[in-house]
Amino acid sequence: MPLAAAQTVGTPVLNFAIFAFFVLVTLVIAVSAGGKNKSTTDYYAGGRAFTGWQNGIALGGDYLSAASFLGIAGIIALAGYDGFLYSIGFLVGWLLVLLLVSEPLRNTGRYTMADVIDMRMRAVPVRTAAAISTLTVSLFYLLAQMAGAGALVSLLLGVSSTAGQDIVVAVVGLLMIFYVLVGGMKGTTWVQIIKASILAAGAAMTTLWVLSRSGFSLPELLRHAAAASPAGAAVLGPGLEYGASTVSKFDFISLAVALVLGTAGLPHVLMRLYTVPNAREARRSVVWTIWVVGLFYLCTLVLGFGAMWLVGGKQIEAAPGGGDSAVPLLAYHLGGTILLGIVAAVAFATILAVVAGLTITASASFAHDVYASVLRKGDADPVAEVRVARITAVVIGVVAVIGGICAKGIDVAFLVGLAFAVAASANLPSILYSLFWPRFTQRGALWSIYGGLISSVGLIIFSPVLSGQASAVGAIGASLITDRHVDFAFFPLNNPGIVSIPLAFFLGWLGTVTDRNPADAVRFARMQVRALTGVGAERSTRS
Amino acid sequence: MALFQPARGSASGTGAVRPAQPMPPAMAMQPVQPVQPAQPAQQARGRASGYEAVRASRDFWTIRRRLSSFIVPACVFLLGWYFLYVIIAVFAPGFMRVSVFGDVNVGLCFGVLQFASTFAIAVGYRRWAQRRLDPLTDRLRRRLEGGRY
Repeated sequence: MPLAAAQTVGTPVLNFAIFAFFVLVTLVIAVSAGGKNKSTTDYYAGGRAFTGWQNGIALGGDYLSAASFLGIAGIIALAGYDGFLYSIGFLVGWLLVLLLVSEPLRNTGRYTMADVIDMRMRAVPVRTAAAISTLTVSLFYLLAQMAGAGALVSLLLGVSSTAGQDIVVAVVGLLMIFYVLVGGMKGTTWVQIIKASILAAGAAMTTLWVLSRSGFSLPELLRHAAAASPAGAAVLGPGLEYGASTVSKFDFISLAVALVLGTAGLPHVLMRLYTVPNAREARRSVVWTIWVVGLFYLCTLVLGFGAMWLVGGKQIEAAPGGGDSAVPLLAYHLGGTILLGIVAAVAFATILAVVAGLTITASASFAHDVYASVLRKGDADPVAEVRVARITAVVIGVVAVIGGICAKGIDVAFLVGLAFAVAASANLPSILYSLFWPRFTQRGALWSIYGGLISSVGLIIFSPVLSGQASAVGAIGASLITDRHVDFAFFPLNNPGIVSIPLAFFLGWLGTVTDRNPADAVRFARMQVRALTGVGAERSTRS
Repeated sequence: MALFQPARGSASGTGAVRPAQPMPPAMAMQPVQPVQPAQPAQQARGRASGYEAVRASRDFWTIRRRLSSFIVPACVFLLGWYFLYVIIAVFAPGFMRVSVFGDVNVGLCFGVLQFASTFAIAVGYRRWAQRRLDPLTDRLRRRLEGGRY
């Protein structure tokens, strides 16, 4: 394939047609599913009527973002083994969701993460804190998705002008707002299920195609990939991207901590656990998700090394979007314009669906936690609450579009890693303490949420992410502020997890043991009985 | 952490009624222990609430102990196994590059084993919970819900 073709590969018209078809189908489904959205339970939790496997696939759809599909395969294509380390962290984290969080969360909460903490302490400040951290994590994650959209557009639709890319990002935002407004959780869930299915099918098909080139032999594929790479056999082992210095090694450990602990604190994952009728279905759905996510990541391993072999690192780096373009280029190499069109549509669908899932989570958190519980003191009219949620969805959509336009060009997988660090620091300690520690008090909750949130976001601000690194070094891209004279970074690591997560756990403990008001033992007993037996848990509207 | 402690009446209540706690093992599986039905908020704080009595009951204690007997070792194992992998990848990359056969090295096998162990724990937990946990929680829930009328 001539290098010039990398600038805009395939025929943009075909790519666009396949994508438009997906949008049309999902819109019809969102409208027909959402027509029956009457109550808050319908809007926030899809009536709690999805089965385990449906929700499991939808969870996979929510989770497998553009960072997974394009980002991880891209890192593998450029740096080899180190990309694999990313995907393992993303997968293993699901076991903590399964073992520690999914069932008690489903049994004790209603719509949001804050509901679980609320079972322990009915306190307005705690709910406010939980809502703030939910909104922050959702916005971080949204930003990552929208940033990825811009790069993709330039590659796949042949839109190379900045204004053109911005318009496409805005269109993505508008579509996503429409899904959420009309479809609610039910419509959004169906969008996720469809998206996850075509994503899995697309990845599996391309994987088999790559393997067919190497005679269905993984060692053969690895041999070809290593031979094609300038680094040679080094790509088959770790350290190419993260092994450069002691700082980058600890940076990687910090990332690994954030990845494995972050999943159980992601608000859009937690909220999805409420869409099933009971805890048992929640458990089943997470096992489904582990299969979907795990098999998908095994595919990205083949796709990444396949791109290294068949496309070559030089061409990937030269393409717009860098590593994120590895899979589209591979698809073009293998199956020409048709396969590229399919992969492009899948990638767009991925961004669109994840963004919709995040938007509904953030809007639910604002409407349910802030508006209904804090501002209205718990007796908001459900109709008004859903209206507030819809207005919030529009506001968040607009913020995401503006953020996406500003954050163009930052590595997607890297931004997602930061979102995981904030989630693991701000959300996870208070969830685990609420569920398992009888003594946990209001002060402990506030200290761990705000401590985790402020320390993780603060360390990102004072890290090389924002300033002090004028040009990209290996895995670590240049700072947002590339001006050499502006340097306020004093924290050496790009990912704050290794400091902020233990700090948040520690603050939760310290706040609790120094609190003069003891925990409410009756509330703990009620929470635990409910968490383990399901007595009094929210019912499905369809049973 | 609550899951790991033996059941005790909670310490906060002034004069909380401690239910008869260590029951003879033979009685443990008897259907109805005097568990008070779960009564929601109308119970004044400080009095023995229905929920505290349930929490202190033998059946509930069995559920908690059985659940923690799975999830505590599973979590310790999976986190230890995962961080062992990360630490070796970061500090001993040479070991990861040792060839097992051809271009397949230790690192790749180790990584694929992480996938395998994740699948195994997930499926194992689901099966275990269905067989060993769900019957107990179902029975207790039915009794608690039945106690309402």
